Amino acid sequence: MEIDPLIFRLSIFILSIFVGYYVVWSVTPSLHTPLMSVTNAISSVIIVGAIIAGLSGNSDTIFSTSTIFGFLAIALAAINIFGGFLVTQRMLAMYKKKKKDKK
Amino acid sequence: MISANLSAIFYLVSGVLFILALRGLSSPETSRQGNFFGIVGMIIAVVVTFLSTDNFSVGFIYVLIFILLGGSIGAFIAYKIPMTAMPELVAGFHSLVGLAAVFVAIAAFLNPQAFNLGVPGNIKLGSLIEMSIGAAVGAVTFSGSVIAFLKLQGIMSGSPITFKGQHPLNAIILTSIIVLIYLLCSTQSANLFWILLGVSFLIGFLLIIPIGGADMPVVISMLNSYSGWAAAGIGFTLENTALIITGALVGSSGAILSYIMCKGMNRSFFNVILGGFGGTDEVKGSVSKEQRPVKSGNADDAAFLMKNASSVIIVPGYGMAVAQAQHALREMVDTLKKNDIKVSYAIHPVAGRMPGHMNVLLAEANVPYDEVFELEEINNDFANADVAFVIGANDVTNPVAKTDPQSPIYGMPVLDVEKCKSVLFVKRSLSPGYAGIDNDLFYKENTLMLFADAKKMTEDITKNL
Repeated sequence: MEIDPLIFRLSIFILSIFVGYYVVWSVTPSLHTPLMSVTNAISSVIIVGAIIAGLSGNSDTIFSTSTIFGFLAIALAAINIFGGFLVTQRMLAMYKKKKKDKK
Repeated sequence: MISANLSAIFYLVSGVLFILALRGLSSPETSRQGNFFGIVGMIIAVVVTFLSTDNFSVGFIYVLIFILLGGSIGAFIAYKIPMTAMPELVAGFHSLVGLAAVFVAIAAFLNPQAFNLGVPGNIKLGSLIEMSIGAAVGAVTFSGSVIAFLKLQGIMSGSPITFKGQHPLNAIILTSIIVLIYLLCSTQSANLFWILLGVSFLIGFLLIIPIGGADMPVVISMLNSYSGWAAAGIGFTLENTALIITGALVGSSGAILSYIMCKGMNRSFFNVILGGFGGTDEVKGSVSKEQRPVKSGNADDAAFLMKNASSVIIVPGYGMAVAQAQHALREMVDTLKKNDIKVSYAIHPVAGRMPGHMNVLLAEANVPYDEVFELEEINNDFANADVAFVIGANDVTNPVAKTDPQSPIYGMPVLDVEKCKSVLFVKRSLSPGYAGIDNDLFYKENTLMLFADAKKMTEDITKNL
């Protein structure tokens, strides 16, 4: 009997939860705020679904209800992707070590 | 157009890059590289999506336009936002993830052919279940985050909003969501889909309003987790590994942060969620207690104490963020260091309004991160320090948590500030913290209260040093 592809996706999902569990515990507490902003950015990979929806129209029906929701979702996810990664970068750039050459 | 197998492999690659992005955050040195991995992963995912649809009609232009539109808004916000407003920003971003998940689910429900999920009115059962769960969780994330945002922004009062029958009502709504998903899957009715969305928006709203402003660290982490589960739900619908992996990562990340925050307050997760506890200072501040004598001083006294100290520990809290005192604080510390005084910072896990809030503010003020310590790392040092400088923190220093089993914060891990030779406590008034209890520390023999705005007081001390 063939295995339903859903089971494979479920396996990926469960294993990723474990990966996430161990990876996040190793994040240093002082970087918890950047952690939240970067998780925001990466969860906006949902934009792939929005792009598929946005591209689903043909030349007569570029704007159907479905593609409009797709376009809106693209804009929302894009705010998050750009905003999330850039603000994370901005924060991380501020974390500096003590200068070795003490005056 | 590239084959479905090839694009699946690329999605896997971007999923792995996202794991590395989080992995990089294990230390500040590797974190910037991690963020870069995340960006690369995102670019791969987006480009592959374009390549895997062979539809490069006019729609393509609009997709680009909306990406640029959203992207420029996002970039603008990212550069303009002050670091003190990070909790609001993150709450706002959560709401966008939630809403995007809802919109994608709507698009997929209305036009399932585009996603290979069947036809309207006859969507594959598995996909419909995944879709409705993703949409419901997304809707909860959206409305919950909007409330969290309004509370953090101060547009909505931070005090908990409770009413009679709140918990039964929420329970009924949650049950109805499950029933609605079941009915939706058996009837495929579009009306039920809209009702499901409406009810989910409502429950997100109702779940967050009873939670007080000071419990926001837990709420933000929890919503972070929800936004991940919503993304994963949509990932199952779209059969997209990148989304499934990311959703699982973000979901467990948020859950762990919620757990850490709850532990920092010694409260169970359900206790926080059921709400009605964490009001803000102002509400309970006026409760009159028997007057106990406190010693209060001015900037001159504080400067004198610190000048004669050999080591000082700074304990920052939410009040520092409110007063925007982090830069003034750094200048004061610079002056202290010039006088060969050893200075370190002690951060309680729930200081501020979100996990790591204080660390970011100190980093912004150019405080080197290796001078900043977590509770467990530094707690033993208080006994050897000469001065503890508490700025904008309160409950996290209250010794009552260790001594009085009757106290609502009993058992909460606290910083052992009282063990210092002397304690300087910058505060605007004697009002208790959000837990609504008096801080014994105020009345200790070795405590000097500095009643003033945190920023102004810090600047005055620097002048007197």
